Amino acid sequence: MNLPSELEAIRESVHEDARAYGLDFYETIFELLDYDQLNEVAAYLGFPTRYPHWRFGMEYEKLSKGYTYGLSKIYELVINNDPCYAYLMKNNSLTDQKLVIAHVYGHGDFFKNNLWFGHTNHKMIDQMANHATRVRRYIDRFGFQVVEEFLDSVLSLENLIDQHSPYIRRRERELRDDTVPGDRVTVPKLRSKDYMDEYINPSEFLERQRKQIEEGRKRKRRVPESPEKDVLLFLIEHAPLEDWQQDILAIVREESYYFAPQGMTKIMNEGWASYWHSKIMTEKQLSDAELIDYADHHSGTLGTRPGVINPYKLGLELFRDIEDRWNKGKFGKEYEECTDVEAKRKWDRPLGQGREKIFEVRKIYNDVSFIDTFLTREFCEEHRLFNYGYDASTGRWVILDRDYQKVKEKLLFQLTNLGDPFIYVVDSNYENRGELYLYHRHDGVDLRLDYARDVLVNIHKIWTRPAHLETVVEGTRRLITFDGQEQKDRELEESLQLQF
Amino acid sequence: MVLTIERDQNRFKQIVRGAIRRNLKRYITRREFIGRRGKDFVSIPVPQVEIPTFRYDPRSVGGVGQGEGEAGTAIGAERGEGGPGAGDMPGEHLLEVDVQLSELAKILGEELELPRIRPRGKKNITQDKDRYVGINRVGPESLRHFKRTYKQALKRQIISGSYSPEQPVIVPIREDLRYRARKKVPGPTANAVILYMMDVSGSMEDEQKDIVRIESFWIDTWLRSQYRGIESRYVVHDTEAKEVDEETFYHLRESGGTRISSAYQLAAKLIEHYYPADDWNIYLFHFSDGDNLSDGDDELCVELITNRLLPGVNMFCYGQVEGRYGSGKFLDMLADRFESIDNLALSRIEGREHIFNSIKSFLGKGR
Repeated sequence: MNLPSELEAIRESVHEDARAYGLDFYETIFELLDYDQLNEVAAYLGFPTRYPHWRFGMEYEKLSKGYTYGLSKIYELVINNDPCYAYLMKNNSLTDQKLVIAHVYGHGDFFKNNLWFGHTNHKMIDQMANHATRVRRYIDRFGFQVVEEFLDSVLSLENLIDQHSPYIRRRERELRDDTVPGDRVTVPKLRSKDYMDEYINPSEFLERQRKQIEEGRKRKRRVPESPEKDVLLFLIEHAPLEDWQQDILAIVREESYYFAPQGMTKIMNEGWASYWHSKIMTEKQLSDAELIDYADHHSGTLGTRPGVINPYKLGLELFRDIEDRWNKGKFGKEYEECTDVEAKRKWDRPLGQGREKIFEVRKIYNDVSFIDTFLTREFCEEHRLFNYGYDASTGRWVILDRDYQKVKEKLLFQLTNLGDPFIYVVDSNYENRGELYLYHRHDGVDLRLDYARDVLVNIHKIWTRPAHLETVVEGTRRLITFDGQEQKDRELEESLQLQF
Repeated sequence: MVLTIERDQNRFKQIVRGAIRRNLKRYITRREFIGRRGKDFVSIPVPQVEIPTFRYDPRSVGGVGQGEGEAGTAIGAERGEGGPGAGDMPGEHLLEVDVQLSELAKILGEELELPRIRPRGKKNITQDKDRYVGINRVGPESLRHFKRTYKQALKRQIISGSYSPEQPVIVPIREDLRYRARKKVPGPTANAVILYMMDVSGSMEDEQKDIVRIESFWIDTWLRSQYRGIESRYVVHDTEAKEVDEETFYHLRESGGTRISSAYQLAAKLIEHYYPADDWNIYLFHFSDGDNLSDGDDELCVELITNRLLPGVNMFCYGQVEGRYGSGKFLDMLADRFESIDNLALSRIEGREHIFNSIKSFLGKGR
C-alpha cells in the first residue's frame, strides 16, 4: 500500500465503515496517478498492459481532449481482479478522495458478489499482460503491419460473442452418426422377381448408390448444426487460420467475455457504488467543512442531461426505491392488486426488509432483469423518464412520450445483448461453396448498413471465402454479400433461417 | 508504472493523418471551414479509421432520457455520436474526426512539400497578454466567478443558519464575492503581414470568388502556422480599391469594371505606411479573372509592381481564376514582363481542383 499517510488514514477509516455495513470485497490496492496517467489507464480499459493497438491511442486522445476542455474528468478506475486494483487521481481534494474510496469499495463488493461476474478471470491483470506478450511476439515474428491488419479485422467482430454461454451448461451433443443401426441408408430397388433380383439390382451397384447418397447427406449436413451466436468461437474452430491468427482470435474473444459482465451490469454496478459512497459519506465520513464540496461532487456525478440516461443516477435511485419498498412492504400480490392510488402511495407495513433485499438484488440480477423487475410505473413517473427518438423531418431528437410501457421496452432493448444486434452463423457451406452465411435476427430496428458492409469485408479476410449477411432493410429481407472483390446486395425470397 | 500509450497514440495519429492526406483535396475545397482559426477544431469525415462493428442506427433506436418536457420537445444535439457522416463516399462508414485547423494546414504543407519559411526581421519579440487563471476577492463585476461565489455564500448561509432546504435561496454578500484574477503571460507579437487583394468586379462570377476565398483561407492558415503572430489585411477592388475587414472580404458581392492598378496603389500605400520591410515579412496575394481596363492600366501595374511592391515583400503572388467564359490576359502579360523573379509567383486556377497546385506554386519557394 503506497498511499501517503493522510490518504491511508482516510482509506482505513472508510474501509472500516464499508465492512461495518456488510460490504464484502477482495483486498483492494490503491494507486495514485496524475490525470494523464489516469487517462492512459482508462484508455486501456483499466489494464496497464495491453497488446499494442491504435484504438487505445484513439480512446486516449478522446479522453485527454475531454479533460483538457473540461468536458469530462475521471475520478477513479476500479479493476475487477483479485486483488482488486483502484486508481485514484492524484490532485483530487481529500473530500473527493474520501468519496471515491467509498465508491471503489462499492464496486469491489459488486465485482466479488454479483453472479454475473462469477465466471470472469480474477487474475485478469496477469492474463492481459500475457496476451500482450503473445501479440508482441507475433509482431516480432510476422511484422507489425500484418498483425495490426489482422487485429483490425478481428476487433471488428469483438462484439459477436454469446454473453450468456458461460452460465449455461449444455448437454453433451448426442452422437449423430450414420453408422448407428437403423439409420442405415436404404437404396430403393427396382421391382423384380426373386430369382431376377441379383441381375436387375446388382449388389455392387446398390453399394455404390448407397455410398453416393451418404456422401451427399454428409455434404448437406450443416455446420453449425444449430445457429451459433458465438461467431468468434465458430471462426476459431472452423476458419482456415494460422496458429498465431487463431490465438489472436482467442485473445480478443477472451477479453470480450471478460468485459461483457461489466456491460451487462453498468447501471447496477454504478448505482450500487453510488448508493454506498452516499451512505458512507453522509452517515459516517463527512465533516461539516466538507459538506459543500461533497454535495458539489455528488450532484455532478448524478446530474442528468435530457438526452442520456445517467447510469449512476438511475441505478442509485432504483436501489433506494427497492430499499424503500421492501422496508414498507410495497410489493407482493396484495400491493400489486391494490387499485387505490392514494393507499398505495401511503402503503407502510413496517417490514424493514429493505437492506436485505438490495443485497440480494446486487447478487442475482443484471441490468436487464433489474430494470424489468424493479422499474415501476410510479418510479418512471416520479423520475420523469421519457422516450425519445429522431425526427427526420426536422433533423432533431425529440421527446416522443412518457408512456411507462414504452419507456421500459426501449430501455430493455438498449440493454439487451449490450445494445448490439443479434448475429448468428447459420451456415458455413452456403450453396455448397464454403461460403459463410450470417443471420441477423431483426428486432424491429435496421442495422447500419455502411458499418455492416465493412464488417463483412473483415469477416472475409478471416474466412477467406465470400461472406453473406441476411438482414431486413426497410421491411424487405435482403442478403448483403462481400465476395472478396465487390459488395453485393440482393432481395431474398425466403429466409435461410426460418426457425427463429 | 510504465505505460505504452504514446506508441498507440502515435500510431493512431499516423493513421488519421494518412486518411486525411488521401482525401486532402476534397477537404480543402470545402467552404464551411472559412472563418475558422488555427486552434479551432474542425470536424471532418475520415473514412476507415474506426473499427466497424454490426450495430444499429442510433436514429432508429432512439432512447430513454430523464427530465422535463412535453412530447415533441427537442432535446438538443447532445447525442453526439450521431448518424452517418456527410455521405459523399457511398458504402464507407465515416468517422467525424476533430482536427485542429493548424494541424490540417500542417498536413497540407507536408503534402504539397511546402518548405518551412525562414522569417526575416526581428525575431521572437513578445508582448504581454492577460490570462485569467487565479481567483481574487476583489474585481470588476464582469469577472465575477459565479460558482465560487455561490459556494462561498452557500457555506456562509448554512453556517449561520439562514439556509432553508425548502426555499433554497442563496444571496451572496460582499465577503462571498470571488473574481477571476489575471496574470500576465508573454505572447507573440506580429511580425508578418498578409495582404489579400481580390477583384470583385462584375466579370467575377460567384464560383470564381469562392475559389479565391477558399485559396486565401488556406494560404492564411498555412502562413499562420509558420509565424507566431501574423496580421491580415484585405483589399477589394473593381475600378477603385478599398480596404475591408475579413468578414466583408469573404462575403462581399460587387459589380463594375476593373482597374487593377487601384489595388496595387492601395497596397503600396499600406505597406509604406504600416509595414517597413526591415521589420516585417510581407505577403501579397492578388486574385482576379485577368480582365483589366485597356487604357494602359497594365503598364501602370507593371511599374507599381517593379518599383513599389517587389522590393520590400517576401512574395508577390498573382492568381488568375478562370471563369466559364475564359479569362483575360493579365497573367500572360505579367509572365512576359517578369521572368524568373524570385519573389513573384503566378498561377492559373482553372477550378476548385486546381486550388491545391496553385497554393504550391505560391508558397513552394519557402520565402
